[in-house]
Amino acid sequence: MALGEKSFFAPFSILANLFRKPATIQYPKEDLDVHGKPGPSLIYRGMHANDLNACIGCGNCSRVCPTAAITMTPDPDAPEDPAKTSERPVIDYGRCCFCAFCVDSCPSGSLRMSRDYIYTRPSEVEEPLQEVLWKRDAFTIKPADAHADNPGWVQTESSRWLDFQRAPMPQMKAEERVNGFLEIVHGFSREAALREAARCIECGICTNTCPAHMHIPEYIRAIYDGKIEESVRIMYRTNPLPAICGRVCTHKCETVCAISHRGEAVAIRWLKRYALDSLPQEERVRVAAEQKAAAASGKSVGIVGSGPGGLAAAYYLAGLGHAVTIYERMPKAGGTMRYGIPAYRLPDAVLDAEIAAIEALGVEIRTGVTVGRDVTFSDLRSRHDAVILAIGFFEGRTTRMTGWESPGVHRAIELLRKYRSGEEIPVERKIVVVGGGNVAMDIARTLARLQRIRYGKVDLLVTCLESRREMPADEEEIEEAMEEGIVIEPSWAPQSVEKDENGKISGLAMCRCDRVFDENGKFSPQLSPEVTYCYAGEQIVEAIGQAPDWSFLTQEEQERLGLVRGRATSLASGIPGVFVVGDILHGPDIIHAVADGHEAARAVDAHFNR
Amino acid sequence: MYLPDGYTTLEKLREAGEYAEYDLFFGPNHPGMHGNFGYVLTMVGTEIVKVRPNAGMLHRGFEKAMENKPWAANLSLIPRVCVPDPDPNEVAYCQAVEKLLGCEVPMRARFLRSITLELSRLGSLYMGMGGLAGALGHYSTMYLMMIERDLILDRFEALTGARVYHIYNIPGGVRNDAPEGWLESVSRLLDHIEAQMPEYDRLLYENHVVWKRLEGLAPISAQEAMESGITGPALRACGVKADIRVDAPYAAYDQVQVDIPTSGGGDALARAVQVRLDFAESVRILRRLIAAIPEGPVHADLGNLAKLRVPAGDAYSKVESSKGEFGYYVVSDGGEKPYRVSVRGPSLPAGLYLCHKHLPGMKIDDVAAWMMSFAICPPDIDR
Repeated sequence: MALGEKSFFAPFSILANLFRKPATIQYPKEDLDVHGKPGPSLIYRGMHANDLNACIGCGNCSRVCPTAAITMTPDPDAPEDPAKTSERPVIDYGRCCFCAFCVDSCPSGSLRMSRDYIYTRPSEVEEPLQEVLWKRDAFTIKPADAHADNPGWVQTESSRWLDFQRAPMPQMKAEERVNGFLEIVHGFSREAALREAARCIECGICTNTCPAHMHIPEYIRAIYDGKIEESVRIMYRTNPLPAICGRVCTHKCETVCAISHRGEAVAIRWLKRYALDSLPQEERVRVAAEQKAAAASGKSVGIVGSGPGGLAAAYYLAGLGHAVTIYERMPKAGGTMRYGIPAYRLPDAVLDAEIAAIEALGVEIRTGVTVGRDVTFSDLRSRHDAVILAIGFFEGRTTRMTGWESPGVHRAIELLRKYRSGEEIPVERKIVVVGGGNVAMDIARTLARLQRIRYGKVDLLVTCLESRREMPADEEEIEEAMEEGIVIEPSWAPQSVEKDENGKISGLAMCRCDRVFDENGKFSPQLSPEVTYCYAGEQIVEAIGQAPDWSFLTQEEQERLGLVRGRATSLASGIPGVFVVGDILHGPDIIHAVADGHEAARAVDAHFNR
Repeated sequence: MYLPDGYTTLEKLREAGEYAEYDLFFGPNHPGMHGNFGYVLTMVGTEIVKVRPNAGMLHRGFEKAMENKPWAANLSLIPRVCVPDPDPNEVAYCQAVEKLLGCEVPMRARFLRSITLELSRLGSLYMGMGGLAGALGHYSTMYLMMIERDLILDRFEALTGARVYHIYNIPGGVRNDAPEGWLESVSRLLDHIEAQMPEYDRLLYENHVVWKRLEGLAPISAQEAMESGITGPALRACGVKADIRVDAPYAAYDQVQVDIPTSGGGDALARAVQVRLDFAESVRILRRLIAAIPEGPVHADLGNLAKLRVPAGDAYSKVESSKGEFGYYVVSDGGEKPYRVSVRGPSLPAGLYLCHKHLPGMKIDDVAAWMMSFAICPPDIDR
């Protein structure tokens, strides 16, 4: 570059520009066309577009927005859906900085930024104040809608802020775990727990869905902040059995988790377990005891059954200052949690620690006391100011197929109870389990372990009415059972127990089940009797459901309670001062029982203070 | 009125005590001023006697605001620190955060960072050269260069979804891979730029007026430049071979050849020529980057970015912007937000204290050209 003499003709080179395409465009005659399509870039960060059907109202866009431009506003048209809230984002374009971080952190992927943008253009406006309406050109600000068809900025794999991948949970391998009853899942390390806690977007949809309405985002936040004690404290506000729920809860929270719409749900259950496993027992007892009110009320409450419903009610009642006594017919407290759930899912030590924390509040648990035999129901009512029935499902149901009463045909819940009480249970070389629920998986996996210990190999078949997709058991339970060598044969209806010439069980005759539920979702199995099969087996276990044992009540008392086919319909029964919680109210589920227990404690307290 | 030789009317009036000093506010009201910054100039006639920088009109508290936002969310604010050349800010901040995280950025993302940095440099230099032409009254050159800059912004729009505030970088890499055909479109743009440059050279650099106005204006020596903290083209214009892309390579600059052209001379003309040399080198680097870019992911997995936690510590990261060293000093207390972020703007030393040396004695007409030659940008001072 040097300053030299310029040619005389140099200025004329400018004439070449006469033939250049103008750099400007004439709108609206022309539109920008530099991206292969008229209009702005194909990933333009223009005005927001939200698919209201896909939006779950989690509010993550609003939380992430760096300029606080997004407000979650109640939407009257929002559909009733437990996995969604009724709020939808509204964007203030005076604040929006068009960074699209809201799009990149949208768990449902409903939000995008379109190719629409605001611009000014000359347009005709009407001036109504004039006597004769006349039009004139004016510059108005309006969004362009010409490019609305193109998606604009959408979330991509690389731009996504969210973590759709669960932290891996260390657990025993199938061949290892089937050899015994050691707990399968090892629990999160600190790093894995923090990684998992970071995945939570703290929307709280899970809280609405959890029957106990646990403060899930809050305790996950406490875990993320390293405040383990605080997280346990938050859990005890709504659930006095967090370590148990951290292992075997049906985790309805995870089914609605915002992340689960496109990724793997946050491992809420494992995080809960991590918090409890990380807190020493004496500190947990101290945290649990913080619920205790200062003054004793002088009222006493008797609770029948020490399952989750009974324990939860006892904990919150004791916290309110009432004297609580639990009557348990089995030698140890815990109910089905102890005598139904196998130790490889829920070790006794966890249960003992949990119950010890509740007992530390002054709850008295009288084990080995059967109501109806050792103490009558009317005794209980006279002894206590209020009675809570948390008796759970004690009896196993039967299919009543031909030969169901033969020796060698068992009910799952009874076998499990016997085994967990330390009694010897029959284990044959070839077993058929009937049922597709979690109890079926529990007994199948228990028996498979015993077969392995006794005979060195697993030969066990699980059959059920439902198709593989409809099976009510948790998917992970089914998968783990299959890994352990259990064969699953869905869509069969048991017909009769086959016996050999010596009268010994030889198999189970089945026929094909085409459909379990009708169009309305009602249980009405449709069978094809011509398609039959006989599964060979020396032992048959029925795991098709459980029922409560009301034998301690007279018929009249049962009627007064307001039972409908053995089930209660409301927490407060027909008898004043008697409350019903747990399985007999909401069906078999620990977290429902805990929620009931909490509710019952409040109801009893209200009953006293009426 | 008769005046002896060498006397101007104003000097005469001043001697007579009839014409006093006056304050002139050279601020956003002046077309030669870059945004919301100002100098209060004490003038006698058209000559500057004293200068007082008047900052504060821009102040949006960038650094303080960053302490109140999550690590990743700050990226929406950071490019606003420098409008013509926003990408160095994004990259410097992200690199500082990545240094604290100990996170490895995928190679393709590093290349994309380098490519966007160079494109941003070209856009900014167009604005710089065009602005210089504008400050000297060559408005056609300015408009033409703005058209070329717009073509670069089109490429940015296709890649990042925005023209000016790209918000393309994020801790761990970049937000999106280049769309199909984008690199080829950049190559075609470079062909166009190279074809156009001779015309701009003729208009600006081979122009007697430009030379006469810039030659000898506001000279600094290499020693003085280094002592004052001048970096980038202004330092190279003193003959010093200094460029962060070579001295402390970042992004993908260690993967391709980077040369350091220097003009030498130290005055405003040398700085203007230096900018032109940087521009040509940048085009060459871009071609090398496009030829060498590997396939692969563009973002490292850092989990949920909204809850990103950065280990406690501090890190300084610097990037060679079109104006010099843009640095981000980041302190973390281990939380989800920065404890402190400090921005080192390249034009701060010139804008705040070289002005005291250069402006007194200068004519008011040269102030805009002087500002342009040091690429003084208000947010470097007012952050």
